[in-house]
Amino acid sequence: MALDDRKSEFNFVGTRPDRPDGLDKVTGRAKFGADAYAPGMLHGAILRSPHAHARIIKIDASKAEAHKDVKAVVTRADFSDKPEFKPGLEGEFWNVLENVMAGEKALYDGHAIAAVAATSALAARDALKLIEVEYEVLPHVTDVDKAMAPDAPVIREGAADYSVPAGMHPNVVRYHESGHGEVEAGFAEADLVIEDSFATEATHQGYIEPHACLAMLGNDGKGELWCTTQGHWYAQKYCAAALGIETAQLRVTASEIGGGFGGKTTVFIEPVALALSRKANRPVKLVMSRSEVFRATGPTSSASMDIKIGMKKDGTITGAQGIFRLQGGAFPGAPGDMTAMCGFAPYNLTNVRQVGYDVMANRPKQAAYRAPGAPMGAFAVESVIDELCKKLGLDPIDVRLKNAAHEGTKANYGPTYERIGLVETLEAAKAHPHYAAPLKPGQGRGISCGFWFNHGGETSVSLALSEDGSAQLMVGTPDIGGSRASMALMAAEVLGIPYENIRVTIADTATLGYNDVSHGSRVTYASGLATIKAAKHAVEKLCERAAVKWGIPGDAVKWEDGCAVPSGPNAGDFDPMPLADITADMGATGGPISGHFEATPEGAGVSFGTHIVDAEVDPETGKTSVIRYTVIQDAGKAIHPDYVEGQFQGGAAQGIGWALNEEYVYGEDGRLQNSIFLDYRIPVASDLPMIDTVIVEVPNPGHPFGVRGVGETGIVPPLAAIANAVSNAAGVRMRQLPMSPPRILAALKENG
Amino acid sequence: MVEVHLWSGLRSLTGGQQVVEVQAATTGALLRELVRAHPQLQGPIDAGVSIAINGRIIASGLAEPIPEGSEVYLMQRLRGG
Amino acid sequence: MSKFHVSTQVNGDAVEFLCDPRETLLDCLRDKLNLTGTKEGCGTGDCGACSVTVEGRLVCSCLMLGVEAEGKQIETVEGIADGDMLHPLQKKFIEYAALQCGVCTPGILVAAKSLLEKNPNPTEEETRYWLAGNLCRCTGYDKIIRAVMDTAAELREAS
Repeated sequence: MALDDRKSEFNFVGTRPDRPDGLDKVTGRAKFGADAYAPGMLHGAILRSPHAHARIIKIDASKAEAHKDVKAVVTRADFSDKPEFKPGLEGEFWNVLENVMAGEKALYDGHAIAAVAATSALAARDALKLIEVEYEVLPHVTDVDKAMAPDAPVIREGAADYSVPAGMHPNVVRYHESGHGEVEAGFAEADLVIEDSFATEATHQGYIEPHACLAMLGNDGKGELWCTTQGHWYAQKYCAAALGIETAQLRVTASEIGGGFGGKTTVFIEPVALALSRKANRPVKLVMSRSEVFRATGPTSSASMDIKIGMKKDGTITGAQGIFRLQGGAFPGAPGDMTAMCGFAPYNLTNVRQVGYDVMANRPKQAAYRAPGAPMGAFAVESVIDELCKKLGLDPIDVRLKNAAHEGTKANYGPTYERIGLVETLEAAKAHPHYAAPLKPGQGRGISCGFWFNHGGETSVSLALSEDGSAQLMVGTPDIGGSRASMALMAAEVLGIPYENIRVTIADTATLGYNDVSHGSRVTYASGLATIKAAKHAVEKLCERAAVKWGIPGDAVKWEDGCAVPSGPNAGDFDPMPLADITADMGATGGPISGHFEATPEGAGVSFGTHIVDAEVDPETGKTSVIRYTVIQDAGKAIHPDYVEGQFQGGAAQGIGWALNEEYVYGEDGRLQNSIFLDYRIPVASDLPMIDTVIVEVPNPGHPFGVRGVGETGIVPPLAAIANAVSNAAGVRMRQLPMSPPRILAALKENG
Repeated sequence: MVEVHLWSGLRSLTGGQQVVEVQAATTGALLRELVRAHPQLQGPIDAGVSIAINGRIIASGLAEPIPEGSEVYLMQRLRGG
Repeated sequence: MSKFHVSTQVNGDAVEFLCDPRETLLDCLRDKLNLTGTKEGCGTGDCGACSVTVEGRLVCSCLMLGVEAEGKQIETVEGIADGDMLHPLQKKFIEYAALQCGVCTPGILVAAKSLLEKNPNPTEEETRYWLAGNLCRCTGYDKIIRAVMDTAAELREAS
């Protein structure tokens, strides 16, 4: 799309006003997923497999069905049989349905087997115990390397797509290979080549709000769904397919969302609540427990990776190769391709080769988690670069600057970069007082770069003006972190009316056109772009109406600072006409004034960041403390800087958890051992320092105000930056995450 | 003619070619022509691809123009969190 | 199972409800009294989203039974503001952008208010440890800690 109207001077954008939903959120009246109630409402509960892999021989729900408090029981037979199984990601409707409710086999500990709706939450929970399931337990596998081994149990034949080379285990379902140059020739040129292997465990997005929904569906195929989701049009589409109803007959309203980070980009309980409601002919509320959230939603992939990088004495990287194996649960979709493409993306490489595997195992279906796939790859790649710097006695920022990708660089994944901001983040890191601050004994400093693609996606926005000159803006991307404030700022910028005069609503699926999910760091970019365009559309009409009032041609009017003004001396001599003067009698000058925009913006613009971390390792206990943390990231243009900083800080904090504490622990029996927050420990306030931020602004050529998405890149560098800091502090290279105290103690011991 | 660079994993479907030449002025035409020249590319294209034109990644749009002489890369469809 | 009749006081209002002896105070606040500002994040006392005070003491309402509320004084997030006057903590949380999704905010506000009532001049470390029972996944805590510390400073100046 042509962006000849780029703006660089702003009145509203870049300021930090109070968010429009602030009052609701600090008084407890904001309504989240579990906060909805309906007359005659039933409560649902889901029976889950205790086995990692088992054939379902028989489900006997007769006792539950006979109970007076139970109004409906559903199993897979109550869902549509239309979604077809297909290899790879082509059959994603089927994959999602199979994950929502097991078919012939339970594929992981926690896989949904049946569900009930009863008159109270306690009655529903009790009724689950009345359902008898006969299982034939099958051999299972939860580890990525073991799942690829020749003797691994096969999870599903025929799940591999075209890309998988012949001879691989059927659990390998997708394969990616890319790069350019000749890596072997590159290694031959190097003064030092390091080859090393790394592993990361699966982590959960860990949003504080469990999945929750309230569903109503009749036998007439018409339904209403209220749910906590990153994308209610996606929920509409997938629920309709799972229930065998028409998409447009299901109206979905997104609640306030209590965190998502990618984990709420799909459906889990929503189709189940709808199926129960249809059977009981009453509204059904379904809320997950935390343990259900851990066992059956998310998590991210676990990974096993081999990296080989060659470097000259002056720091030039001569060749780079990465093999990335990602386990994504019992379904295709682990982002091995993304890991492969993102790992080396910060660097200008002559010879590079990357391979990604998508591997199935008996674990829950992986869901996106903030730059899905990228953090693990960065951990492995940036660890080896750090080791090369150390062995060659080079400064880690200088080496990254020497090899940094910039405008015109041929990216490791193929195309030539447009204007990007990596070098600016590295220069800001080098100049930051943090980088020069002295370290105490026992402390180490780590740095890392990180990359993420960012995304555009289908977007619809409507803006309607009121007679008093205020504006209501309807967007379709759930507000996860303050985006309503950013939208209002961008609309204010175009309309020239105060931020406070704009009310932003997340519209339901019945009142706005299709919107892709709030993912891929796309909201401020794509909904922002659509907001700007919708506001401009309204401005065109405002100018036409002013022209009507003045009795001059429409093209003789232009818009300045919230007023219509004659476009030149020949247009006539009129005082500026404020927006509210035009809307006051808009009914008489042509009717209501609205602005609309629908498109799939295709200029998201890739994003880079550089992080600096100081860590201290206690050699007695193996405990790591993060002493100081600085995030430097290119935001293109920060619309509301508070919430940009918030994204940077939140990404870093999640990365700290991933690096140091968090992991899915499976027992020999294939069951998840740590399905509550006590055992799956995410960072708490006393674990963290303040997280400093530097917003670099290298405008994105694909957005009218220069915005690049900022949500995801912030989680890419932390794993590596912390691993480098810990390795430097402990004097031993850490190759496995999380770097929990036992692992660090073991590494110290092994190192003598 | 447009030179389309494929990711190397696709070589097995194009008889070993990593660069394929097709006549196309838009992203949609490009995908059609790729399948016409190499029918086995239908699978990966159905599974989802993005197209980078002179470095700008077109995630899914079929109507994007491809100026003469553009650098064109086929990429796996990007997904986000 | 027969239900128990419970009389209690929430945010200064006398209230009564019937509850199953297995139901938590959190269930009763939300499902019987329609006070949905108090959130369930875990149900095991690990996340603090359900923080309330009972007789002035900070508790996880998911770890207390509804029947135990009999005769007690309970304060929830809905009682923090005085009519249309926000509490200074509420104002600072908005001003500092100390929330992103906002689901942990009610619990954190209840906990932070409890901290400032006990310790009007907390250090950053004391604030971090006091709030260690309240999980936030969005913010990295930075802006939350700053908002609480600045509220404390403002309240000290005002008193």
